[in-house]
Amino acid sequence: MTAKKYQKVAYYPGCALEGTGHSYNRSTKALGAALGLEIDEVKNWNCCGAMEVKNIDPKLQTYLSSRVMAIAAQEMGYDAVMAPCNGCYHNLKKAEYDLANDEESRQVVDSLSKKAGHGTYKAGEVETIHALDWLKESIGEDGIRERVRNSLKGLKIANYYGCMYTRPRHIFPEKDKGPGSESTSQPHFMDDLLAAAGAEIVDYPLKTACCGGAHSLSDSDISTKLVLNLLRAAEACGADVIATECPTCHSGLEMHQVRAEKRFGIKTTPVILYFTQLLGLALGLNPRDLGVHENISDSLPLLRERGLAV
Amino acid sequence: MTAAATSARLRPLAEIEARIDVLQAIPGEADAAARELLALGEEILEHWAIGRGLPPTLDKKEGFRVLALHRQGAQGEPSFNACRETVRELVYYYNLVTGDPDHPETAKRLLLASMVLSHLYLFVAGKMQVAGLGEFCCSSRPLRAAGE
Repeated sequence: MTAKKYQKVAYYPGCALEGTGHSYNRSTKALGAALGLEIDEVKNWNCCGAMEVKNIDPKLQTYLSSRVMAIAAQEMGYDAVMAPCNGCYHNLKKAEYDLANDEESRQVVDSLSKKAGHGTYKAGEVETIHALDWLKESIGEDGIRERVRNSLKGLKIANYYGCMYTRPRHIFPEKDKGPGSESTSQPHFMDDLLAAAGAEIVDYPLKTACCGGAHSLSDSDISTKLVLNLLRAAEACGADVIATECPTCHSGLEMHQVRAEKRFGIKTTPVILYFTQLLGLALGLNPRDLGVHENISDSLPLLRERGLAV
Repeated sequence: MTAAATSARLRPLAEIEARIDVLQAIPGEADAAARELLALGEEILEHWAIGRGLPPTLDKKEGFRVLALHRQGAQGEPSFNACRETVRELVYYYNLVTGDPDHPETAKRLLLASMVLSHLYLFVAGKMQVAGLGEFCCSSRPLRAAGE
């Protein structure tokens, strides 16, 4: 039997998955184990450079992301790094693009890598993939369908991808390659996987719209209104659940859902779950093992009602 | 209409927000509501262009001025592409409603169109509040400026 694509990958959780996105970390690992996929955490990983470093010194962000890829490729021998966080995924892809296309970036990365005492990452040594790519390519819809024990049938889901999974387009050369590939304008990998688990996917017009993450500190009301609009639109589409694949979007949706009720007196009904939690539930995993109890959004009453939790 | 005349009739953003709220609650006749929602989208993007010192374009892209205005707004400000699909969704709902105003889902489509428009308003108004906030969005300027 041939090995599945991405059967064994280097795993880069990033800082969010060790904090506010802990349940995403837990559910990703639980799902991988249940599906027989091996993930091996990148040794001594560092911050990807996130938005803070990138806005002050983009080349330093390129270096920070390149170090993660250098360790995965050169010290651990992997050819793929899987990052479930949109911010990390985006930054590693951006670094890859920079190193393939910009001589100055190559020089800065080489100089900083030497100073830090590790090998310099060269573009193409590893492929950075998102958790969605990992599951779509290694297991796929048929693989999910075969393994479903508790169908998500009857659960109406709005899939929310956020803005960094597909933008800017040029750092994702593998996307928009026609049938089978991911789309930057209408992403569908999460739709495909959750539909294979039995869910009813609603047509959600704001699946890649801004969640207001960047406004959170400078103007919380704008963030709350943006999230409220996302929630109300999901509600108008008939969704019971908003599925997420980014810890920043997820925590923003959860926190501003609470804030919208307190600040504006507007209560919205959709619960928010990571797509990895939903797939895990469909596979019959225990909600606790998927970190459902760690979410702010209380989905257990709905999950119990639908027979997905006891 | 000239670009200058277009700018002269612009309502303040707060008035646009209030009008979106009214349309969300009482959309009225389908065809007219869809046209007004699209026109409000243009008006929001005109604010963005004027805020950046540009005369709002009168061009059309794929038959829609709102798409040309978005493209204009993203020039030199690539993080503005974070609302590209939002604008396209607005056009999509406009086409659905005006193409078949008697469709049983027209009321739902108008509601979603108003929510999409609301998102565009919040995104643009948010970016206009704080100078340079756009650089915090999506990804850094140097990369995006070079590639898009």
